[in-house]
Amino acid sequence: MPADPKLKLVASTPSPQEGGGDNATAHHEPSLYARREPVCPSKVDGRFRRFKWAVMAFCLAVYWGTPWLRWDRGPWAPNQAVLIDLAHRRFYMFGIEIWPHEFYFVAGLLIMAGVGLFLVTSAVGRAWCGYACPQTVWTDLFQHVDRLIDGDRNAQLALDRAPWNARKITKRLTKWAIFLAISFATGGAWIFYFADAPTLQREFWTGAAPGVAYACVAVLTFTTFWLGGFMREQVCVYMCPWPRIQSAMLDEKSLIVTYKDWRGEPRGSLKQAAKVREGRLPGAIGDCIDCKQCVAVCPTGIDIREGAQIGCITCGLCIDACDRVMGQVGRERGLIDYCTLDDAEHERKGGAPKSLVKAIFRPRTLVYLGLWSAIGLGLLFMLGQRTRLDLSVARDRNPEFVQLSDGSVRDGFTIKLRNMEDRPRDTVLSLEGLAGGVIYTDEMDAAAAKPALRFTVPADTTMRLRVYAVVPGDDARPQPFAFHLAAVARPGEAPAQDRVNTEFSAPQAQ
Amino acid sequence: MADKRIDEPTGVETVGHEWDGIEELNTPLPRWWLWTFYATIVFAIGYVVVYPAIPGRHAASAGTAGWTSRGALAKDLAAADAARAQTRAAIAATPVEKLADNPQLLRAAIEGGAAAFKQNCVQCHGSGAAGSKGYPNLNDDDWLWGGDIATIHQTLEHGVRYPGDEQTRTSQMPAFGRDGILTAAQVQDVVSHVRVISGQEKASASSARGAQIFADNCSVCHGANGEGNRTVGAPRLNDKIWLYGGDRATLTQTVTYARQGVMPAWGQRLDPVTVKMLAAYVHSRGGGEALPAATPAPDAAPAAPATR
Repeated sequence: MPADPKLKLVASTPSPQEGGGDNATAHHEPSLYARREPVCPSKVDGRFRRFKWAVMAFCLAVYWGTPWLRWDRGPWAPNQAVLIDLAHRRFYMFGIEIWPHEFYFVAGLLIMAGVGLFLVTSAVGRAWCGYACPQTVWTDLFQHVDRLIDGDRNAQLALDRAPWNARKITKRLTKWAIFLAISFATGGAWIFYFADAPTLQREFWTGAAPGVAYACVAVLTFTTFWLGGFMREQVCVYMCPWPRIQSAMLDEKSLIVTYKDWRGEPRGSLKQAAKVREGRLPGAIGDCIDCKQCVAVCPTGIDIREGAQIGCITCGLCIDACDRVMGQVGRERGLIDYCTLDDAEHERKGGAPKSLVKAIFRPRTLVYLGLWSAIGLGLLFMLGQRTRLDLSVARDRNPEFVQLSDGSVRDGFTIKLRNMEDRPRDTVLSLEGLAGGVIYTDEMDAAAAKPALRFTVPADTTMRLRVYAVVPGDDARPQPFAFHLAAVARPGEAPAQDRVNTEFSAPQAQ
Repeated sequence: MADKRIDEPTGVETVGHEWDGIEELNTPLPRWWLWTFYATIVFAIGYVVVYPAIPGRHAASAGTAGWTSRGALAKDLAAADAARAQTRAAIAATPVEKLADNPQLLRAAIEGGAAAFKQNCVQCHGSGAAGSKGYPNLNDDDWLWGGDIATIHQTLEHGVRYPGDEQTRTSQMPAFGRDGILTAAQVQDVVSHVRVISGQEKASASSARGAQIFADNCSVCHGANGEGNRTVGAPRLNDKIWLYGGDRATLTQTVTYARQGVMPAWGQRLDPVTVKMLAAYVHSRGGGEALPAATPAPDAAPAAPATR
C-alpha cells in the first residue's frame, strides 16, 4: 500500500505530530484518552437519503403503531394485536398465541433473526447498521433535530466552539428538550407492548400504572436521550459488538461503500484540473475534487476515501453527496459507490462495472437464504401442527400406590388439562386400558368415582387436578395404561383430543 | 522488545509488540470512558457508606441505610404473612366441616396443610403421608378414629393417648400374653383366627379355637367379625391394611404385648388455622370420608376401656 503513490493517507484519530525524522514518536507521548470530535453531518439529498427516510418512517411507524393495533379474540382474551403478556405468560401476535411451553417458536424467531443478519450481511454488507439499526434510526432522527435547531453543519460547528452565552444556552436547552420529548415518546411506547395499550396509557397519566412501567419508561427515556442524543456513532465504534462480528463476516464479495481511488486520485481542484488539461501542470488529475462533501455528510464522521473501516455503517450518504458534486462538475456519478473488493480490483484493471445483482445473489447468500427459509417453513409447519388441547400426567412417586382396605389399589396422579383456546371447553377425562379402573379427584367423594369424568376447563387456562385411579384387587397389578382427554365437540367442530401413556403401580403379584 | 512505530494506514502509534506479524494499535480510549470509570468509583464510595461493607472484628460497618440481610428476610417474611393474612382469616372464620363449601378456600387450606405437614408430620407419617410400621398411612381408606374432616380435625387437635390433653383419643388394649390373660397357645389360636378373617389363611382347627377366644376377649372392641370400632380406635381386622403388620410373628407380638400408639395434641403446639389446614390436607389425601349425614354430638368420652 505505501508504494501506491495515488493514495493519500490521512489520520482519522488524534495522532502524534509528524516530526522531521522517521522515528517521530520518541519525544512526544500521545494522550491515553481521546476527546470526542463533534460530528455535525450536513444535509444531503439523493437516492440513499430518500431510502433512509423511508426505512426510518417505516421503523418508527412500526415501533410506535404496533401496540395500538387491535385484534378481536373474543371475550376471554385480550384484543391487542401484539402483546407480550408477561404477567399471564402469554405472547399474542395477531392470530397466533404462544404459551410458555411453546417458547421454541420465539427461539426459532430469534435464530431466524440471527441467520437473517448473516443473510443481509452476505447480500448487502452492513445494511442493518446503515439503515435499520435502532441506534442508526434514532441517531439520524436526533441529527435532524440538530439541523432544525442549530442550523446546518457549519452553524453547528460554530455553535459548538462558541462560548456559553445566552444564545447558546437557549439553543442547547431547546434542543435537549426536544431530545427529551423524543426519548420519552420512545421509552414510553415500549411498555405498551406488555399490557393493554389504551388502559395502560390511561393508568400511566393518572399515576395508577404499576411502578415497573414508570421505571421502564424512565430507564428507556434516559438511554434513548443519552445514546441517541450524545453517544451516537461512539456506540457503533466503541460499544457495539456487531461491527466487530461483521468485520469477520465481510469478504471480498461483500458490498461495501467504496471510494474508487483509481478514478479519483490524485485529487485536485477544478482549477488544477483545468491547468493539467491545458498542459500548464505536469502529470494527471483524478475525478476527486477534494470538496470533502463525503466527509461533511457522514453521520459517523469518517473519511470514506481512507477505505473500508469500522466506523463506516454503509449508509450511502457519502454516495449521495459525491453523486451531486459529480453532477455539478459534469463528471460521471459513482466515484463513491457500493462495490465489492473483487469488483473494485476488476475495475481498477480497467474492467467494466459489474451488475450489483450478481454481487447480491451469490452461493453464500443463497445458502443463508435457504437456511433462513427452512427454519421459517419449519416454524410455520409446527404452528399448523400444534394442538390447542393438552394433557399432562405426573404419577405420584411417594407413595407409589396405596393399598385400600377392600384389597383394591389406588394410584395418585397430578394431571393438567390445558385449554389453549380462548373459550371455555367441556372435556372428558377417561382411562384407557385399565380394566375395572375408576377415577375421582381430591375434591370429590371416593364413592362417586367413575371410569370417566367431565371437566369444564376455563378459557385459556391450565386446570390442575389431583386424580386418584382405583383398580379392584383382582386386576390390581403393575400395568401400562393411558389417560385420554377429549374436548366435547360442538356441531361442525373438529374433535380435539390428547392421550398420555403412563403406568399403574401396584404390589407385585404374590 | 518494544518497537513502537506509526502505523501508516491509520496514522496511529502501535503498542510496540508483535505476534507473528500481528501488531496492535495504541488507539486512545475515548475520554467518556474515563469519566464512566470515575463514576463507578464514586458509586462504590456511596455504596460503602450506605450499605454494610467494611469488615470489623465482630461485625461489618452498619451503613447509613441500616440494611441487613436478616432484616431483609424478616421484611420478606412479614410481607408473605401479610399476603396470606386474608386467607388465614377466612379459614379461621370457617368451621372445618364447612371448608368444603368454599372450594377456593378448601384448595388454599389443602396447600397450606401440605406445607405444615412437611414441617410437623413427615417425621412419623412420611413425606408422602404413607406412614410406616406403627404410624398410619393417611392416604388409604382405613381410619382408626374416623376419616371425615371434623373427626380428623378432632384427632389432630387433641392427639392420641397424649398426656396433658383432657380430650385426647384414648383406649388401651390389654397385653393378653404378657399379663397372662391368654396362654401362648391361645394367642396363636387368636392369631390364626385373625389371619382367617383377613383372608390370609384358610380355616383350621387352630382358627376354630381362636374364634371362640376372639368372641370372648376381642369382639368387645374389634367387633364380632373384626370390623373394628372407631369410637375406641380399635382397628378393623378383616381388611387388607395393617398398621403393625398382618404376618403371624407381628400379630403374635401385638396380641401378647398390645400396642399403644401416641400422637401429640397439635392444638397445643400449632395455631388453630394450621391445625384446620392440616385436617383439610389429610382429608384430601384420597381416603377422606364424607361427613355423617346427621352429626350426633361428638362423644368426647370414649365408651370403652379407657383407663387413664
